Amino acid sequence: MKEDPVETRETLLASRHVALGARMVPFSGWNMPVQYKGIVEEHRAVREKAGLFDVSHMGRFVFSGPGALAHLESLTTNRVSALVIGQFQYSSLPNEKGGLIDDILVGRLGPQEYHVVVNAGNLARDRQELTAALPADVRFSDESLTHGIIALQGPASAKILKALAPDLDESIGTYRCTHATLPGGRILVSRTGYTGEDGFELYPRLEHLVAVWDALLEAGAPHGLVPAGLGARDSLRLEAGYSLYGHELSESASPLETGLAWICDLTKEFRGSQALVRQKTSGVPRAIVGLSMEGRAIPRQGYPVWNGSRKVGEVTSGTQSPALGRGIAMALVEAGSLDKGGQAFVEIRGKQEPAQVVDRRFVRRA
Amino acid sequence: MSDSLIPQNLKYATTHEWILLEGEVATLGITDHAQHELGDIVFVELPEVGQKVEPGKGVAVIEAVKTVADVYAPAAGEVVEVNTVLADDAGSINRDAYGSWIVKIRLSGPLPSDLLDASGYQAQL
Repeated sequence: MKEDPVETRETLLASRHVALGARMVPFSGWNMPVQYKGIVEEHRAVREKAGLFDVSHMGRFVFSGPGALAHLESLTTNRVSALVIGQFQYSSLPNEKGGLIDDILVGRLGPQEYHVVVNAGNLARDRQELTAALPADVRFSDESLTHGIIALQGPASAKILKALAPDLDESIGTYRCTHATLPGGRILVSRTGYTGEDGFELYPRLEHLVAVWDALLEAGAPHGLVPAGLGARDSLRLEAGYSLYGHELSESASPLETGLAWICDLTKEFRGSQALVRQKTSGVPRAIVGLSMEGRAIPRQGYPVWNGSRKVGEVTSGTQSPALGRGIAMALVEAGSLDKGGQAFVEIRGKQEPAQVVDRRFVRRA
Repeated sequence: MSDSLIPQNLKYATTHEWILLEGEVATLGITDHAQHELGDIVFVELPEVGQKVEPGKGVAVIEAVKTVADVYAPAAGEVVEVNTVLADDAGSINRDAYGSWIVKIRLSGPLPSDLLDASGYQAQL
């Protein structure tokens, strides 16, 4: 694989990861932990107890001022005006043709203050798209430069965070945020994540990142908290049926094809909305399906998917599901070509391996 | 990777297989370094007994959670035995890479002279 010629960056937690035994790999221009003890062990810890992820490679932008709402409304697919203060929403940043530049998280932090969390690999492009025509009444700051992000995920998360920050309001609902006192002072905490489990994402300033990480690991140890890497993050999100940019999502796939119609409010105007309205009227050519392998072989991104003797699409993400003990995949296929409950075949090393067509949410929270 | 185990009595390929030659039968597995790099191994696709193999061609496939890797035959020959334990417990390679052989191949000729000894393999890690 050819690496980006620009220098690989590291988060301030890199030496902690190495000391914890992590195997570091290049990811979106960053040197990140793919695993510490092992992907399956970390995956199970998050499903049963808790895992701690350094996701400081992700980007975060803050928009504030009288024009912030209208600005974000015009560039993102979900309805920003529906957010109450302290609420987050999953959304996306479309291009003119209705493809996705990125999938994002929009949060309303104050009456006229919003933040946008973006993928590391798309950060520069997102910043350019979101600031190219910045109105005079909108202030922008790139908090990726000043803050880190730590994700605490798993059923024990609330107990662990409460033990460390007694002032945490642990009654906040999913996709809500609050502030809690952690090393370094009161910091923003949201009940969000990418694993299918309960959990929180914390946004400490860089100078407090290491102290917050250390304190969480220490407070969580009695509850079974372990550091978890990008490998477990990927297998967890895939079991939960969550899309990943560069796999399910891209500039050449419509959110209406990739199961994200629910974050596209086509009653509002935004860049790309006309293209999406046209697609909705005429129907989109492809759809995402879940596949559960009947045999032992494991589906991977790019493997062809067949319905009998006809190729109908390809796998966008695949792995061995630690929960189900078999290969699972999401695949982008011709719309209507595969029926839920029916059979499909994944071509793996020249062989047609049978799979059940299933709901993409392979594992639901207990 | 100084903590990887590299037994002295084995030969090694640059593609991270270990080879134990007994008479004309070569027992093949992957090294401790290789299992560590692959991470959790969840499935091994084994060949059929009797399958002909060629040097540098895949003889088995190892699936880890995150990635997939070929196991290459060091020389031409015929598969005489496969480790069926791996069908139910592919993870045994993670626990004991040198105790978890994958295939035994009856060679039709000598092993290539460019296989590495333990120190040569250590040097190229």
